[in-house]
Amino acid sequence: MEAAVFILSLVDCCALIFLAVYFIITLSDLECDYINARACCSKLNKWVIPEMVGQCLSTMLMLISLHWFIFVLNLPVAVWNIYRYVKVPMGNMGVFDPTEIHNRGQLKSHMKEAMIKLGYHLLCFFIYLYSMILALIND
Amino acid sequence: MSACTAGLAQPGPPGRHLGHYPSLPPGYQNTSGPPAPSPMHPAMQAATQPYTQAPQAYQQVRRIHTCTLCNGFHYKFNHFNNSSTKPFMLNLLMGFNHVYLVIVLLCQMSGGPGMAQLSPSLASMSLQSGTPEALRVVNLLQERNLLPPTPISAPTPCLTQDLQRINCSPEVYRCTLTSIPQTQSLLNKAKLPLGLLLHPFKDLSQLPVVTSSTIVRCRSCRTYINPFVSFLDQRRWKCNLCYRVNDVPEEFMYNPVSRSYGEPHKRPEVQNATIEFIAPSEYMLRPPQPAVYLFVLDVSHNAVEKGYLNVSMDNNLKLYKDSRTKVGFITFDSTVHFYNLQEGLSQPQMLIVSDIEDIFLPTPDSLLVNLNECKELVQDLLKSLPSLFQKTMETQSALGAALQAAFKLLSPTGGRMSVFQTQLPNLGVGALQSREDPNQRASAKEIQHLSPATDFYKKLALDCSGQQVAVDLFLLSSQYCDLASLGCISRYSAGNVYYYPSYHHQHSPAQVECFQKDLKRYLTRKIGFEAVMRIRCTKGLSIHTFHGNFFVRSTDLLSLPNVNPDAGFAVQMSIDENLVDTQVVSFQAALLYTSSKGERRIRVHTLCLPVVNSLTDIFAGADVQAISGLLACMAVDRSVTASLGDARDAMINAAIDSLASYRQFALTIQQPGLLAPACLRLFPLYILALLKQKAFRLGTSTRLDDRVFAMCQLKYQPLAYAMPMIHPSLYRLDDLTDEGALNVNERTIPQPRVLQLSVEKLSRDGAFLMDAGTVMYLWIGRNCNPIFLTQVLGVPSYADVLDNLYVLPEIDSAESQRTRALIGWLRDQRPFYPSLHVIKDESQLKASLLQHMIEDRTDSALSYYEFLLHLQQKITK
Repeated sequence: MEAAVFILSLVDCCALIFLAVYFIITLSDLECDYINARACCSKLNKWVIPEMVGQCLSTMLMLISLHWFIFVLNLPVAVWNIYRYVKVPMGNMGVFDPTEIHNRGQLKSHMKEAMIKLGYHLLCFFIYLYSMILALIND
Repeated sequence: MSACTAGLAQPGPPGRHLGHYPSLPPGYQNTSGPPAPSPMHPAMQAATQPYTQAPQAYQQVRRIHTCTLCNGFHYKFNHFNNSSTKPFMLNLLMGFNHVYLVIVLLCQMSGGPGMAQLSPSLASMSLQSGTPEALRVVNLLQERNLLPPTPISAPTPCLTQDLQRINCSPEVYRCTLTSIPQTQSLLNKAKLPLGLLLHPFKDLSQLPVVTSSTIVRCRSCRTYINPFVSFLDQRRWKCNLCYRVNDVPEEFMYNPVSRSYGEPHKRPEVQNATIEFIAPSEYMLRPPQPAVYLFVLDVSHNAVEKGYLNVSMDNNLKLYKDSRTKVGFITFDSTVHFYNLQEGLSQPQMLIVSDIEDIFLPTPDSLLVNLNECKELVQDLLKSLPSLFQKTMETQSALGAALQAAFKLLSPTGGRMSVFQTQLPNLGVGALQSREDPNQRASAKEIQHLSPATDFYKKLALDCSGQQVAVDLFLLSSQYCDLASLGCISRYSAGNVYYYPSYHHQHSPAQVECFQKDLKRYLTRKIGFEAVMRIRCTKGLSIHTFHGNFFVRSTDLLSLPNVNPDAGFAVQMSIDENLVDTQVVSFQAALLYTSSKGERRIRVHTLCLPVVNSLTDIFAGADVQAISGLLACMAVDRSVTASLGDARDAMINAAIDSLASYRQFALTIQQPGLLAPACLRLFPLYILALLKQKAFRLGTSTRLDDRVFAMCQLKYQPLAYAMPMIHPSLYRLDDLTDEGALNVNERTIPQPRVLQLSVEKLSRDGAFLMDAGTVMYLWIGRNCNPIFLTQVLGVPSYADVLDNLYVLPEIDSAESQRTRALIGWLRDQRPFYPSLHVIKDESQLKASLLQHMIEDRTDSALSYYEFLLHLQQKITK
């Protein structure tokens, strides 16, 4: 049962890592002029909700299986994702808005955010891996 | 308004102080007693009053800075050829300070007591370095009359005379700091914003056009060759933006103008900072598009009430001579109507599409027709439109569907869409709600709903931008129309918003005249299609924010489906790397567009500015008007993303921080009072003007649409046209003389002094003109000079002046000619037509006039002196 939870979170975390890498690649494509703002933002906006769902799934799993420390580790990122999604002004076309992305250094701040998330998910990946192996051994 | 004849404390109208300067608190050095308030004499006499303070201030400076000038002095001070050490430069600057001060005194004072007499040759000396005068320390609390009598001109950068002569005109390209700081930390210390304000497509009287088979560009950064590159020898040139060495192509060595070979630096591309190239086919993604104009007209009951359809467009359409021009018309109310204008028809055929949820084009062609071939049909249609919808009772407006249909029609070719709307769109896609709460108009706290309610218009604007379609919006509504959402359609598709809130074809003839003149200019001005603009800067600088109506497609590439001569742009920059090895930096704006005749052209502007590494030099080169303009753009952004209160605080902090930084780092002698360098002396005044401007004011009842429109204008208008909107000019009209008049086109234009914006300057026995950019007020005092009344207004007495007079009668008298020449000259200086309103004491518009008197105190805002005290308190905390 424990092992199952951790295997699921591991898979979830992998997906989140891939998503973070995809975000970084798309944003750096925009920075280097390989794609234009509209294409970049529509690609990224498509994956904002799946990312949020994935992160919340991971958090819920940890909550349900009563692993408090990892739950507390996951909670800030989940809350931040939800906050970012909810706080989008009504006139904007999603979290990534093509008319605003070149203003006020938003491109750089989104890039930084994606990098931080990547680092964080890698950390979580190893934590889950370790916990899963422990759980499997103890079974 | 009650009498303000003379003296200090007069009882003004209830709730309004007359903005006199209270006596200075003890401990402040006052060298010649409290400043005498200007008595209500004619302006000429009052002019001598303020300057009694000036000699004391100047003498103080002379005592502090001992002059080390030798007997001779340098005629041309060349910063870059002298490897001057710092003390030498400082001494020279002090010397120039001494000399320049005396010249200024000579010019401003007519024979003041005890001034040194200088030989006339000094008066003709040309000083490239304006630094000494610009750094003169001004105590804002003591010197009251800071406004120069003539309009303010842009500061000249501190370059050698050769470079400055060929530098880009400040009317086209202006920087907030004409001396660029060397490092980002130095810029942060100065606490002034660094940015550029451009007007790239301005109507220029002289524009060199080059048709060349090769357009020489840098190989790495693709900069166009410009006057500020350096030629290493005859065959190689070094780019001034990326420092790469390029080869000069063979064709470039020949100069067609002087027919000489081997002198590439004499070619027109290297002699002119503003130049236009005819672009070869490599610069075209598709064959140049024809000019296509589509008019989308609201014909609901509201629109017919307002009667805007009566304004005839066909006179102006006759001026489109190009054979490829196409026009089309769409009208809409709750359904969308198309007009088949095919050549063989006897009269235009109307096709109605009522499926507004899924709009489609009823016929594949002949909705957009060639203007030359179908001229009679178009004229028939325009003539019959007013009567066609005379009896309509439709109150719903399906704007979203009409825009989608218009987009479908224009997307194959691109072009311009002109949308005329008279009410809130309430049907179909893009329907908007009425979000404004009239009780919150005078709220002193938060203004809501400044950002769009839906992203429909933004998405549509981006679609249009992708297909090279620009949308211009003419809003003729007196009710709330959610301009915050509707304006997006123009903002991201490089269009413009025109707003006539009180338009009615019978009740407001002044607005009708404005609309007609604006429409005429709109239809007949120059236009560029499918344009892109790129702004490049020297290595080390980068652009991080853009302001204006366009879409930023990728880093510093601006997509402009239409570019017009009345649009202004602003960008903010940051310094990424320290600019240590270079003495000058350059900025290049290149605009690639298709002219209305189908020619592909590139207009290139290059600006060169010096790099400095001392804080005093940065302050000396500050351009206060450009700084205020850029701060206004930044404040609009902040009020939309954060809140209006935040934006106001940010503007006040900008003034506090920069003056505090000046006081802390650049001021050598610490004196009490609010000190500013002379170049920034108007900065607090402009900040106060912005705080009281319609866009940012709190506590005064402002309609939400008016506020949003004012914000759009601050971002869209070029600086020269935005300044009168921020700080109007006040002139006295009843004593115009020809002294110092300009001679333009054989007409003599009188140049009255610019007065301060305080009711103290208004006098009952005079007439005053306030030029506020989009509107002009002519205020007549109760005891106005009867000569003025008869000779200019054509009425025998004050009581006979009509209430809503909006045009001056053409009387054949010297006074009338002078007045009309002045008003006409002011109107010619801008592309939109300001309406004129003649105001008496009882007029309803008097409140609007008084709202522009920014130096006075109101219920909800501080007077200028109180604002200065507030700043001083914050600085010395």
